[in-house]
Amino acid sequence: MVNVAYLMLLLPLAGFLFLVAFGRRIGDPVAGWVGTVAVGGAFVVACIVLAGLINMPADHRVVVHTYFTWFSSGGLSVPVGTLVDPLSMTMCMFVTGVSALIHLYSIGYMKGDRDYSKFFIYLNLFVFSMLLLVLGNNLLLTFVGWEGVGVCSYWLVAFWFQKDSAASAGKKAFIYNRIGDAGFLLAIFLIFEKTGTLQYESGPGGGIFGQLSHLGGGTATAAVLLLFLAATGKSAQIPLFNWLPDAMEGPTPVSALIHAATMVTAGVYLLCRMNPLLHLSTPGAEVIAVIGCATAFVAATIACAQQDIKKVLAFSTVSQIGYMILAVGTGAYIAAIFLMVMHAFYKGVLFLGAGSVIHGLEDEQDLKRMGALRRYMKWTTVTFTIGFLAIAGIPPLSGFWAKGDVLDNVFAHNKVLWAIALFTAVLTAYYMSRLEVLAFGGEPRFDKPGPHGEPALHAPHESPWVMRLPLVVLAFFAFFGGVLDLPWVHTHNLESWLTPVFAGTLYHDNLSGASEWALALTDIAAALIGVIVAVWLWRGAEVDKPTLEPQFLQRVWYWDDFYDTIIGRPSQRLATFCAWVVDVRVIDGAVNGSAHLVKVTGSAARKLQTGYARNYALGIAIGLALIIAFMLSRTWWG
Amino acid sequence: MSLSGAWYLGLAAIVFTIGAIGLLVRRNVLIMFMCIELMLNAANLTFVTFARMLHDIGGQAVVFFVLVVAAAEVVVGLGIVVTNFRRRATTVADDLDSLKG
Repeated sequence: MVNVAYLMLLLPLAGFLFLVAFGRRIGDPVAGWVGTVAVGGAFVVACIVLAGLINMPADHRVVVHTYFTWFSSGGLSVPVGTLVDPLSMTMCMFVTGVSALIHLYSIGYMKGDRDYSKFFIYLNLFVFSMLLLVLGNNLLLTFVGWEGVGVCSYWLVAFWFQKDSAASAGKKAFIYNRIGDAGFLLAIFLIFEKTGTLQYESGPGGGIFGQLSHLGGGTATAAVLLLFLAATGKSAQIPLFNWLPDAMEGPTPVSALIHAATMVTAGVYLLCRMNPLLHLSTPGAEVIAVIGCATAFVAATIACAQQDIKKVLAFSTVSQIGYMILAVGTGAYIAAIFLMVMHAFYKGVLFLGAGSVIHGLEDEQDLKRMGALRRYMKWTTVTFTIGFLAIAGIPPLSGFWAKGDVLDNVFAHNKVLWAIALFTAVLTAYYMSRLEVLAFGGEPRFDKPGPHGEPALHAPHESPWVMRLPLVVLAFFAFFGGVLDLPWVHTHNLESWLTPVFAGTLYHDNLSGASEWALALTDIAAALIGVIVAVWLWRGAEVDKPTLEPQFLQRVWYWDDFYDTIIGRPSQRLATFCAWVVDVRVIDGAVNGSAHLVKVTGSAARKLQTGYARNYALGIAIGLALIIAFMLSRTWWG
Repeated sequence: MSLSGAWYLGLAAIVFTIGAIGLLVRRNVLIMFMCIELMLNAANLTFVTFARMLHDIGGQAVVFFVLVVAAAEVVVGLGIVVTNFRRRATTVADDLDSLKG
C-alpha cells in the first residue's frame, strides 16, 4: 500500500494541469470543486499510505521509491523518488488534510472573484509543491518543492495585485525568501562537496546520513547555519520574519493554508529531516534555539499591539513557529512536530474564523471596528473560541499539550530560554484574549462610523456551510488533537511513531513525574494570567488604549524601518545614481560616442573619394608598386 | 639569329610604363582607353615571351583570353563614352566626378 505514494503528488498536479486547461471555462464554483476533489483524493491516498506504513514493523518504516533519474552529471546523479517514513507521512497527513478543508472553505470565500479558477490553480500547485518538498528523497527535490511553494506564495500574496499594497507584499515575501534560499543552495553545495550525494538515506554510501562522518565539526556547523538561514526565510524567523505579516494581503484562505498551517512550517520540517546533521553541531543547534526563542518572544510582543485581526494572527504564527524552532534547537524534534501539527489545526481554525469575520463584515479587518460578533456569527464564535483556548494553552485543548511538551524540553535544556518561552506563553494568552474580547465580546462598534470617517457597516452575517464545515472539523481537531501525544500514554502515540526517525539524535528531558506536574501547572498558570489580564484590561467599551499599544510594538520594533535605513534607502540611492549617472553618462555616452566616432571617421575618409579616375588609377599603381617591391624584397633578402 | 627574351621583356616594360603614365596624366577618355590597351598588350607580350622561353603553350593561350576580354571591355567602355558624350558633350575624364564623396 505504501508504494502508491506517488499518487499523492500526481493528484494535485493533475488538478493543477486540468484547471490550467479548463479552469476558466468551467469557472465558479466547479473549478473550486475540482481543486478540492484533487486535494481530497491526495488526502485519501495519504491515509492509505499511512495505514500501509503502520502495518510495517517499526524499525522498517523507511520506504524509498525511485521512479526515474532526473539528471546525472559526473559524480552527481539526482533521482526523482519518494521517501516515505513516519516524519514525511505525518507532514503529508496534515498538509493534505488541512489543504482539503481550506480548499473547501475557499469555494465559499472566493465566490464571485474575478480570477476564481486561477486561485485554485495556484492552490493546487502549492499543494503539489508542498508534498514534493515533504516526500522528495533528496535535497534537490526538496529544494524544487521549496521554490515551488515560494513562488505559489508570491502569486497568492499578490493575488489581488490591483492593490499596490498586495503587489509589494508579494514582492517582499519573494525577496526575503530569496535570501533564505541562497542559504539553502549553499548548504546543498557544501553537503554535496563533503558527502558526494544528495539523497537522504538511500543510494551510494547510505546517502547523506551515511556519509556524515566526512563532515568535520566546522563544516557541519556551516551547513547547519546555512540550512537554518533557509529556514529563517521560509519559516519567518529573525532576521527574515518581516515578510509574513505583510503576506496577510493575500486572501484569508491563503493566509490560513500557506502562511500559517503548511508552508511556513517547511523550515521546521527541513531541520527535522536533517536531524543527524544538526546532531553533529552543538553551536549550530544553540544558535537555532536562541533565535527561535527570540523570535517567539519578539513576535508575541508585537502581536499585543496590532489592530488588524490578520496581523495579530500573523505575528502569532511567527511566534508559534519560534517555539517550534526553539524545540528543534533543543533537540526535541517530536515536540516540534507535535506543536507543528497542533498549530496547523488551531491556527487554521483561527485564520478561517478571521476570514469568516472579514467575509461577514464587508472586508473590514480592524479589530477596533468589530465587537459583539458572538451575537451574529454563532458558528464562527464557537469554533474561533476553541482555537483561541487551544493556542492560549488552556487544558485539555491541543495547544496545552503541544506547548507544554516544548516547554518541558526547554526547561530541562536551558532555564533562561525556558523563562523567556514561558513569558511568551503569557503574552500568547494575552494577545489572543485581547483579540477574542475585541472581536467577539463587548458591544458592537461596526455600526458606528470608523475613526477615519468610514461609513458604518451592516450587521454581519454567518458564512455558508462550505465555510462552516472546515471550521467545525478544524475546531474538533484543535480541541481533541492533544490525544495524539498525551504524556502518560506512551504506546501508539506520536512519540513512539516518530522515534525511529530521530533515533539517537532526540533530546530526552528525563524529568521526574513531579516536575512534569509542576511544569504543567506553571503552564496553566501562565495561560490563565495572560487571559485574565487581557480580559480585565480590555473588558470596557473604550478600545483606544495607546499606553497598551506603544508605537514601538505597533511599528514592529522599528524592524522594517531599520532595514529600510540600512538597505532600502542606500539601494534606492544606488539605483538613482545608476539611472542618472551610469546610464545617462556611461552607457548612453558609450553608445553616442561610438556613433560620433564613426561619423568623424567617415567625414575624414570621404575626402579620399575625389571622383577623379586618375586618382584611383594612381592609387592602384602605387599599391601595385608596393606589392611588387615587397615581393622583390622577399626574393632578394628573404 | 634571334634576340634573347630580355629584349622582349624590356620592350614590354617600356610599353607598359608608357601606358601607365599616359593613363595617369591624360584627361581624354579615349586616350586613356588607348593607354589601357597599351598596358594590356605589354602584358600580352610578356606572356608570349615567357611561353617561348619556358616552352609552355599556356602563356600563349592566356593571351587569347586577354584579347577577348580587352575587346569586350572596349565595346562596353566605348559604349559608355559615347552615351556620356551625348549627354554631357565631353570626353574629359575630370568632368565626370559625380562620384566625389
